[in-house]
Amino acid sequence: MPKRLALLDKERCVGCQACMFACARRPGVGGLAGSSIWVRSAGGMRKGFVVIVCRACPDPPCSRVCPTDALPVRPGGGVRLRSELCIGCHNCAEACPFGAVLWDPEQNKPEICVYCGYCVAYCPYDVLGMEDLAASAAAPAEEASAGGVVHASQ
Amino acid sequence: MLANDPLARVLYIDLSRRAFSVRHRPELFEAGLGGTGVDIRLLEEECAPGTDPLGPGNPVIFAVGPLVGLYPLASKTVAMFKSPHTGNLGESHAGGRSAVAIRMAGYGAIVIRGASVTPIYLAVEGDHVHFRDASALWGLHNAYTVGSVLRERESGSGVRTIMRIGRAGEQGVTYASVITETYRHFGRLGLGAVFGSKRLKGLVISGQRSLPVTDRRAYRQVYDTIFRAATESPLMKKYHELGTAMNVLPLNALGALPTRNLQAGHFEGAEAISGERLAAEYLGRRVACAHCPVACVHLGTLRLPYPKEPYFYKTSMIGYDHEPIFAVGSLLGGSDVSGIFQLLDEAEVQGLDVMSMGVTLAWATEALQRRLISTHETDGLALDWGNYATYIQAAERIVSQPNDFYRALARGAEHAASIYGGSDFALTFGGNEMPGYHTGPGCHLGYLTGARHSHLDSAGYGLDQKAGAKGETLTPEGIAAGLLEEERWRQVLTSLGICLFARGIYTSDVTLQALATAGFDRSADDLAQLGADVLHRKYAFKLREGFDPAALRIPGRILQTPTPMGTLDEQFMREAIAASQGPSSHNAHTRFDNPVGGTQCKLKKAESVSLSRAWRPRSMPASSRSSAS
Repeated sequence: MPKRLALLDKERCVGCQACMFACARRPGVGGLAGSSIWVRSAGGMRKGFVVIVCRACPDPPCSRVCPTDALPVRPGGGVRLRSELCIGCHNCAEACPFGAVLWDPEQNKPEICVYCGYCVAYCPYDVLGMEDLAASAAAPAEEASAGGVVHASQ
Repeated sequence: MLANDPLARVLYIDLSRRAFSVRHRPELFEAGLGGTGVDIRLLEEECAPGTDPLGPGNPVIFAVGPLVGLYPLASKTVAMFKSPHTGNLGESHAGGRSAVAIRMAGYGAIVIRGASVTPIYLAVEGDHVHFRDASALWGLHNAYTVGSVLRERESGSGVRTIMRIGRAGEQGVTYASVITETYRHFGRLGLGAVFGSKRLKGLVISGQRSLPVTDRRAYRQVYDTIFRAATESPLMKKYHELGTAMNVLPLNALGALPTRNLQAGHFEGAEAISGERLAAEYLGRRVACAHCPVACVHLGTLRLPYPKEPYFYKTSMIGYDHEPIFAVGSLLGGSDVSGIFQLLDEAEVQGLDVMSMGVTLAWATEALQRRLISTHETDGLALDWGNYATYIQAAERIVSQPNDFYRALARGAEHAASIYGGSDFALTFGGNEMPGYHTGPGCHLGYLTGARHSHLDSAGYGLDQKAGAKGETLTPEGIAAGLLEEERWRQVLTSLGICLFARGIYTSDVTLQALATAGFDRSADDLAQLGADVLHRKYAFKLREGFDPAALRIPGRILQTPTPMGTLDEQFMREAIAASQGPSSHNAHTRFDNPVGGTQCKLKKAESVSLSRAWRPRSMPASSRSSAS
């Protein structure tokens, strides 16, 4: 069953960015260059935070605008990055309405979530979780009622 | 250090020439690691003897450490400068996103020299430095607005720090702060006034990069050890749940909560301003510094109606901690949380250090009550304990300075008392206004002897409370040795950019393991040597700039109001200062030691206070011990 990263409750986010560091650290380096999660303030810390993760769209616009087919659709939703085909044109980043196609400035390639869930273990506030894609597709109402499962700035 | 670690890059910005350059200086970081250790070396290079703190020759130096961006809870930036408040060593620390942003922009340190002719702000985006016109921002009433404007105009949302000053910094209030990410500050010793003197309104820094490690697997293992300790062990519980405001009730029960300008150590209104009560009734949100899962920053919700507009409310989020609550709550004799929050908000609007502001207003209130001044000086304001409407107006006048009296208050309690009298109850130590502990001799000796005259230098309140709990007696030599040992170890943590709240997690073993993965092979002895060396250098700077330990003023008030350990004795305090400063026959370690000469300092251990000579309370009435019971 394909999985995706789910935003469970962005109101509990404290903005520590431990998830971003986890994502970047997964290959064993420090810093933030390789993160495919983004946490920023919602216009100043006092207003809380926006948490941007890839929602694994069933019909992803980032894939459709790629001129080199570097972002084939993953079975069940979302995309994979075929880095060897990518020319760093930014089309995918511009096409994603959530801004969830992040950019690695060192490699000049998009940072595409691989839905591995490594970050989830580093969120002590249960903002992030993993869920089965089929289950979430079968229950779209939950997605809406959760107040921004797909994207925190809703 | 690793050859490709950008930590070795030092960004030099010259405001006079509006030019910048980057120098590769690995030797600085090999020697000092970062933070305090690198800052003090740069200060030695950049700050000539006798430099005018508000002149173009005063450098502003920011440094981060090797663990920043690699490990959690390493989230602090250390700023150094010559303080316009004390005329001596200026050192102030802040978290927020500042440290991670500097590291991600690709620097280990940033040195700002010179002064701009016209107001500007700086935008540092990785390798680029933009000098932006800030003439339209100069004089803005509200520092929140400055933050909003920079947030809208500059890039890097999520990976940037937005430092800015308010009008207090522009007007040269010697305890003006630099605000970062709204709720964190380079609060103490007047960095905001130094920014103002340079016409530097703000500093935005952003970047995103990867950082090298020596061993990927070891890096992830050490990371997980630290992360688990931070989120699962009881070590961080205090900061995580109620925050530092949980100190209010225990200190009050001890009789150690400074109240009404320390005319008492017990505040009858403490319960109303306790961490417990604030959490239950006001806590609206908790936020974290970048890369710190603890989230100790507590924001209270202040909802105020508009008097003439029914169903219109202004809702603000107010950051609170123990020190602000003490400084504008118990010390100003008020337990009206709405008033306290509004005064804290005014300090943010103006860009004032809330601790120095509170202590200075407390002095002014008592001076008015004792008729050293009249409402002629206060410009008609009848300052009185707990009267926040008046205190808010006074805070604004400290910034706008309509007369000589407010010009004096703008330089702190000690300066004002030197003009109007009342030095006995001007609660300053080494020129810096006191923190919120009156626990015994240790806390005050820490304020007096600490290199930045802060409770965070050497945590003397901890020494007092440990001795009190164990029923032990303290000696002047014992306190001096305990404070010195603590202050030396803290130089290691702050050189690494580690938050002092995480001192229980970053033991020497963990610190050494983390450092090894960052390419710094060090031993416990190396760290001990570093701590002693950094403190020695800071003290050498202080002495060079005229600091005289023997001339330290001990405010009479702390000798009058009993502490939980009894009434303090000046002779005892003087002996402890002497023991901490001068050569001593039975204590080889003093602040004058040159550690390079081979003097060893032991790593932090449980307790090392010598108890050979008794601390003798002169008078300890039963009522002073625990009037809270």
